[in-house]
Amino acid sequence: MAALEIRNVCKDFGSEQVLKDVSLAIDSGEFLILVGPSGCGKSTLMNAIAGLEPVTSGEIRIAGEEVTWQTPAERDIAMVFQSYALYPSMTVRQNISFGLEMRKVPKAEREAAVERVADLLQISHLLDRKPSQLSGGQRQRVAMGRALAREPKVYLFDEPLSNLDAKLRVDMRTEIKKLHQRLGTTIVYVTHDQIEAMTLADCIAVMRDGRILQLGSPDEVYNDPVDIFVAGFMGSPSMNFIAATLESEAGKYRLRVDTPGEETLQLPWPNARQTPAMAERVGKPVILGLRPEHFTEDDARLSDYDEGVLLTPRITVVEPTGADILLQLRLGEGEATARVGPKCRATAGERLALRIDMARAVLFDSETEKRLA
Amino acid sequence: MKPASTPAARPGVIVPRAGRPSPAARFQDWLPRLVLSPSIAISLFFVYGFMLWTFILSLTSSRMLPSYEFVGFAQYARLMTSDRWWVASTNLVVFGGLFVAICLVLGLLLAILLDQRIRQEGALRTLYLYPMALSFIVTGVVWKWLLNPGLGIQAMVRGWGFENFRFDWLVDPDMAVYTLVIAAVWQASGFVMALFLAGLRGIDDSILKAAQLDGASLPRIYWRVVIPCLRPVVFSAVMILSHIAIKSFDLVVALTGGGPGYASDLPATFMYAHAFTRAQIGLGSASAMLMLGGVLAILVPYLYSELRSRRHG
Amino acid sequence: MDNVIRRRTIGARVARFSLYAVLILAALFYLMPLVVMLITSVKPLEEITPGTLLSLPREPTLAPWVKAWGEACTGMRCEGVGGYFYNSIAIVVPAVLISTAIGALNGYALTKWRFKGSELVFALMLFGCFIPFQVVLLPMAQTLGWLGLSSSRAGLILVHVVFGIAFTTLFFRNFYVAVPTELISAAKLDGAGFFRIFWRILLPVSAPIVVVSVIWQFTQIWNDFLFGVAFSAHDTQPVTVALNNLVNTSTGAKEYNVDMAAAMIAALPTLVVYVLAGKYFVRGLTAGSVKG
Repeated sequence: MAALEIRNVCKDFGSEQVLKDVSLAIDSGEFLILVGPSGCGKSTLMNAIAGLEPVTSGEIRIAGEEVTWQTPAERDIAMVFQSYALYPSMTVRQNISFGLEMRKVPKAEREAAVERVADLLQISHLLDRKPSQLSGGQRQRVAMGRALAREPKVYLFDEPLSNLDAKLRVDMRTEIKKLHQRLGTTIVYVTHDQIEAMTLADCIAVMRDGRILQLGSPDEVYNDPVDIFVAGFMGSPSMNFIAATLESEAGKYRLRVDTPGEETLQLPWPNARQTPAMAERVGKPVILGLRPEHFTEDDARLSDYDEGVLLTPRITVVEPTGADILLQLRLGEGEATARVGPKCRATAGERLALRIDMARAVLFDSETEKRLA
Repeated sequence: MKPASTPAARPGVIVPRAGRPSPAARFQDWLPRLVLSPSIAISLFFVYGFMLWTFILSLTSSRMLPSYEFVGFAQYARLMTSDRWWVASTNLVVFGGLFVAICLVLGLLLAILLDQRIRQEGALRTLYLYPMALSFIVTGVVWKWLLNPGLGIQAMVRGWGFENFRFDWLVDPDMAVYTLVIAAVWQASGFVMALFLAGLRGIDDSILKAAQLDGASLPRIYWRVVIPCLRPVVFSAVMILSHIAIKSFDLVVALTGGGPGYASDLPATFMYAHAFTRAQIGLGSASAMLMLGGVLAILVPYLYSELRSRRHG
Repeated sequence: MDNVIRRRTIGARVARFSLYAVLILAALFYLMPLVVMLITSVKPLEEITPGTLLSLPREPTLAPWVKAWGEACTGMRCEGVGGYFYNSIAIVVPAVLISTAIGALNGYALTKWRFKGSELVFALMLFGCFIPFQVVLLPMAQTLGWLGLSSSRAGLILVHVVFGIAFTTLFFRNFYVAVPTELISAAKLDGAGFFRIFWRILLPVSAPIVVVSVIWQFTQIWNDFLFGVAFSAHDTQPVTVALNNLVNTSTGAKEYNVDMAAAMIAALPTLVVYVLAGKYFVRGLTAGSVKG
């Protein structure tokens, strides 16, 4: 039985449709991340799950029971808010136990629960402070503690880390992951940060304009994007989109990439990755999607790159990041980014021999922006 | 995890249907409305109902007691030919105009001066503003005493040796209305100062610094940069002050009693006198409706621009 | 803007000096009536002669205050304003508490439990802040008669509550609009209901606006004259009406010192509130009038 199931949910604000026929289901213990740019409807979807916003149509079920028309309190869920939403007049202890108190849990049990989550989140020393006396990171912990004190059917996290500074955010991310692994809770987590999505999720729902574009594991969403939007949204630096023309010769496909002032490139498309859809696009423009790590220095000479294509583009910018080096290079009508090893000796303005791993490249229809192959 | 594209694939799935809110949800939905309903009822009856009621009364020949013998707009016609109403209306224009203008100028001036990093600013501000805490009756009583020609300011200045000094506006039918202006300005200008000061403090400091670096002199900065920024404050101040002016009743009663004769009557005192002491309920109601019209004439453009700016803001 | 270095020329010094001169002069203008009121109220009547407006009393006396409180004639009766002072208190305290409580609940419901038409409800109620009260006087008099509340304190309390909730609702609505709605969402998820959220979450953070509302309502109702004079009888008049009667009672010699003492008595409660809580007083004035 699905821990949470959303069926054909629509939500209108006046004449504007913010959720358009959204459906998904997750199993107990799964970590679902809703990700997308601001205004994509992910927060509205979360509020609909919580019961804070009534839906226009559709159905929401938690643990098999229909909750679409129940109050938030009846749904037995807990939520961590972006602003933490700690009750300012209460101490940390009161904040954590308030939900239990409202549910008429006896005092002794409430105290035990407070101790338990305080231990879990290492906030025992803060229990008698007011939220105003806490740092941002501490508030975040208390907000999580408040959710963890109860044992609800589903936890909702609404961009819980976005108000933290970069370092704290990474630490808390790891901590949330550990907590999830330890407690095995069902979590729906909203973020606009694709790295958070990749690192935390069992399952990612990429949203845009009120629709779920793709629902899948992080690996699927990253390596098998359904369209240009998903491909561009996941991954940093973003995937390179290179205008090309699809050509066919003797049952084999290849891509022609014109770079102004350079020799025209012919990139053979791997036979194993041909799809029937490609046949209709022969002779027409397509878009080749290459992630920065699909480029490799030629001298790496890795054996599994038998489908790799060698090219020598002109490098325009060299950006060392420490762990690796990002290169801007001229490819097609614009520039592309390549990620190479830290020892690469590239110089801006010069050419560099690089190999493209065509086995991992993806191809999109330039009109519909949908995946071709 | 199930793919999104096959939502109704499993057996036993119920097709989405019209919602039946749980009893708790329905209760939660209605509670806020229930809590607000007494206030809504009060507002509908005591504000809107009473306005309508007064309007109906203004169409009747009611004198001592309300009667419902309708005479159309005869009471309004009577008002238009009533000398006393014209005096009251003219007085309101004079009093209101001067009161608003002087309060604005004085308030803005004091606010600008106070904004120059003044020592003891807090104490000065307190002194400028305290009259606003007083009742207009107290203000009227005090100024009646100060403006009393026999014992007040006139007598004091004459005592200093200026034997011909005259300041007897209180008993001069042509000037009595100006005493109202003095007292009302005394009471309300500090408040306008506070409004402007808050406005000045709200102006982004870097704008002023930029203007100073551009080499503008202080008066020029104020005239060209600061005061234009205060337009919304001016707007609300005018709105509030005109509102005070139209409603002015207690001040007139305590300071001049509308006198000498009815030389310093305002519509508010006119209305009260006719409705409550001169047994002219119909006429009094008509004058009240005209006062309401005056307030609406100011309020509607104000609210309109407020709403517009909010929509565009 | 004074962080910028300015040259200290003679001209600048003169300007600075005149600046203070103007400000102090203005302060004297505002202060003078209060000072005159105070010194006149402690002068014996014989010292009140032409030209002595600003002179300090040679023989200060509290007799005018005593007389104003307990003996001075207000119309027919000669019992001073003391009794009316109590009337004012008896009217103000319940009216302030009731209107503030209703305003708080209204503001809460209007901001945190929005429903279709809640903005319209607010606009509807807000209009009550703007009407000239003359337009409700006559119907109110009749309604109070029907309710059997004519000329009673209860009637005045009702009037002040009815016309005060527009303002208190405005205050609380504008305050609660700024309280993050996520707090309410969190409490809803925690299982708290409408009243519980108000009582446990919102009210504990509402102290500033409660103070503003109480002070505003207190000064408004204490200083009211129109409703007081229209809807009260001799024994239920508030102090402002009594003061006006006292000043306009012309039996025997005019006792200006007693008038001033009575004015001071009527003014003191609001002045004390202003001095003690001026910050909130100003906030109420600006909140009550600037933002709609």
